[in-house]
Amino acid sequence: MLKYAIKRILLAIVTIFIISAITFFAMNAIPGGPFAKEKAPEPRIQAVLEERFNLDKPVGEQFFLYLRNLVQGDFGVSLKTGREISSTISSSFAISARLGGTAVLVALVFGLLFGSLAALRRGGWPDRMIIFFTTLFVAVPSFILATLLLLVFSFTLGWFKVWSITDPNYTLPVISLALYPMAYITRLTKSSMLDVLGQDYIRTARAKGISDQVVIAKHALRNALIPVVTYVGPLTAYILTGSLVVETVFTIGGLGTHFVTAINNRDYSMIMGTTIFLATLMVIMTLISDLLYKAIDPRISFD
Amino acid sequence: MSEYTPDTVPVKKPLSMQLDPARFEPATAEEKAQHDVMRESTTFFRDGMRRLFKNPLAVMSIVVLLLLLVTIFVAPMIVPYGYSEVIRVNGQRDRSLTNMRPFTYSVMEQEKLDAGEYVFPHIFGTDELGRDYFIRVIFGARVSLAVGFFASIIVLVIGLLYGSISGYVGGKTDIIMMRVVDVIYSLPDTLMVILLSVVLQQVLGDSLQGTALAALGNNMISMFIVFGLLYWVGMARLVRGQILSIKNNEYVLAARALGAGAGRIIRKHILPNCMSVIFISTALQIPSAIFTESFLSFIGLGVQAPMPSLGSLANMARGGMQIYPYKMLFPALGICLIVLSFNLLGDGLRDAFDPKLRR
Repeated sequence: MLKYAIKRILLAIVTIFIISAITFFAMNAIPGGPFAKEKAPEPRIQAVLEERFNLDKPVGEQFFLYLRNLVQGDFGVSLKTGREISSTISSSFAISARLGGTAVLVALVFGLLFGSLAALRRGGWPDRMIIFFTTLFVAVPSFILATLLLLVFSFTLGWFKVWSITDPNYTLPVISLALYPMAYITRLTKSSMLDVLGQDYIRTARAKGISDQVVIAKHALRNALIPVVTYVGPLTAYILTGSLVVETVFTIGGLGTHFVTAINNRDYSMIMGTTIFLATLMVIMTLISDLLYKAIDPRISFD
Repeated sequence: MSEYTPDTVPVKKPLSMQLDPARFEPATAEEKAQHDVMRESTTFFRDGMRRLFKNPLAVMSIVVLLLLLVTIFVAPMIVPYGYSEVIRVNGQRDRSLTNMRPFTYSVMEQEKLDAGEYVFPHIFGTDELGRDYFIRVIFGARVSLAVGFFASIIVLVIGLLYGSISGYVGGKTDIIMMRVVDVIYSLPDTLMVILLSVVLQQVLGDSLQGTALAALGNNMISMFIVFGLLYWVGMARLVRGQILSIKNNEYVLAARALGAGAGRIIRKHILPNCMSVIFISTALQIPSAIFTESFLSFIGLGVQAPMPSLGSLANMARGGMQIYPYKMLFPALGICLIVLSFNLLGDGLRDAFDPKLRR
């Protein structure tokens, strides 16, 4: 197990390094430096600026300087606003983390609940309802879902207030973020639950006279959870990229909104910093989900 | 031993533990006839199609997709407006022609109608520049479907080539090729798509000007490049896994022992067994490509104006959605319908053609 964990952690570090390299060199391939604007500064000022941001050095050296700063938590400054990117990330990520964390919880809890329900009442009306809605929800892009929810429940019915920093109401954003992964988890749980329920050890447990609740909770659900754990990595990735959309629609000033604004403003240093930050987060979550998967399933060998 | 005849009932030996044959009734001629082969033998493909057409959801999605295809090809021939055309009445611009509701006419069009002339109705109304919204939605559906289709073809071709080479050759080549796949697979795809789209649009710049690809625009080309760079890895893994698992089957060994050549084994044993899985996965790639395109449109990296896609139309409609909610509704319904149909069709195809799921 330890050997496997070390191998996976090293692999994750390599992945993060590759992502940083791709991001850095891709951004460098864009023609025109950051100071090439309509109003070009004086050559002398430009030289000073380039020295300040290490732009006078060769690209390879620039990359290692950038990496060194990254390790120290310095993401550089935004080209448009001039603010420290790390401070923008740390202040806005709190909001995104709260939104995303709630959405992950909602998706997991309801997905497991509906999935088990559908598997246990196979063919009944709850099953059919759940199949219908999960099929429907995976076909709606998140920004359309978010906009429709905002239109219907905020503007037309007035049930929920529009999000504001002083009076944050996360209900609608969480729903629009959680529906798609919830539908996916429901399907996953259902199929793995059906698989587990057909196993011999379930019949053995029933034959021993154990009550239905205990069989389901102790034997079926526990084993059905294993495939769901592997989905935690992709789930985080989905929630993080989905929050770009949902935060923009609901005008929540989280990291997602900043990222979309940076893309629209072509704020390259901000795009670079945010991409590396989000990607690192995703790689770490995938790592955790992989380790967890190996830890909880005794059938998997650690070669 | 007496000679065997089918109609005589053998007599039970007194001490035998076997069942007494005399207690069985001989089958009547009618019962024997039931064992005749009644259904003609069928091929894999025909059997799969029969299963597919028994699935009501799959049939429904085929019908929906066919209707959609017919509509997006026929409608531009009937509707006299272009997708980027700002409508003019008798060569003049009409200010009241912008943001009209479905099936309404502008002031000047009404005058024309009163004069007894014919004006083609604006089925979905017009947009803020005075362009016919129906034809924009139709072209948006065309663009979205085309993006989905070509992206899946790119993914299929690259993934199939890479995966089959890796699977066939095996050994060190396989290990190295799969390491590359592992690395790309571990990259967060959506973030890389965003990043590469941002970069490629700038890098491509004017270099496409004057070529045949210029009509598609930088954004579309960079979208295809991104798909070609990132999304093939899933397909390559699938193809390699299929080929590896089929290559080691006993029936392939049996065929080889009987003297079948590599060509026959590939044609008769490997391809039919993995084609269905690959095909289904390609079909399911289409809605995911349409999703990605609409996501990119949302953050401003989708197809270039004035070219519409369903995603960009829905995104544009967010601005005035409290006043014109139907502008959001039409492209949104379009996306949902297309994605839903492809998902259901893909599921139906899997149930019908996947050898592992066949009962």
